[in-house]
Amino acid sequence: MRRDVFQAIADPTRREILNMLSSQAMTPNRLAENFHTTRQAISKHVKILSECQLVKQEYSGREIYYHFNSKKLKEVDKWLQPFRTMWDSRFDQLDNVLKNLKNKRS
Amino acid sequence: MIINKETIYTKDLENKKMKVTREFDAPVEKVWRAWTEKELLDQWWAPRPWKAVTQSMNFSNGGTWFYYMEGPDGSRHYCRADYNSIVANKSYEGLDAFCDEKGNINTEFPRMNWKVAFNKADDGTKVDVEITFSSIEDLDKIVEMGFKEGFAAAHNNLDELLAK
Repeated sequence: MRRDVFQAIADPTRREILNMLSSQAMTPNRLAENFHTTRQAISKHVKILSECQLVKQEYSGREIYYHFNSKKLKEVDKWLQPFRTMWDSRFDQLDNVLKNLKNKRS
Repeated sequence: MIINKETIYTKDLENKKMKVTREFDAPVEKVWRAWTEKELLDQWWAPRPWKAVTQSMNFSNGGTWFYYMEGPDGSRHYCRADYNSIVANKSYEGLDAFCDEKGNINTEFPRMNWKVAFNKADDGTKVDVEITFSSIEDLDKIVEMGFKEGFAAAHNNLDELLAK
């Protein structure tokens, strides 16, 4: 199933999971301890995050650790940056247009 | 005068929306004109060094603004916006698209829906732009194609700043 990064991080619990994993990798148990919900519910969220590559699973001995894949999230910001730049530039120009419009009688 | 000219960007990821909010130091009627009249739009719509050139403008429900953006190297991107839900001096919606030089929509590129609202704010006007994408793949394509202008503009503005 194709997962969408935007959908993945739209959920508050999943954002919280990413927040925690961004400071350190955690085992499924350790991660679930931080939430007032079933371990099953958390692992469902992690599954979605893994499917869109925001979370990676790595084995360390017999334990699985969840890691946060920040590269994937940066992609989202990268998308937005040119967008901002364009609007900032546009709006500065609009300020000038309005200034001229104001000085004219109409 | 209490105009806050900081542009506020909000992501509404769940609904694939981007919101852009900004205040302008002019009354609503003038800001509205700048967004809806071709002579004024051409002066600011394209981020420099690009320029916007209107081919035809029919600002009415079901009407279309057809224009191109020309880059410093002379390359042109033809675009159109199809208008609806116009409430004069208050709000309008537009569905944008890339197209060919005759205005035929290029369906390979995603379209975005724009909802623009104008509200009086202190001595000026607050403009809210709400842009709705249909998917993450769309965003990807839009960046690839349409927002190259944004990068160019950034360099240009930086150059100006440094020259001061």
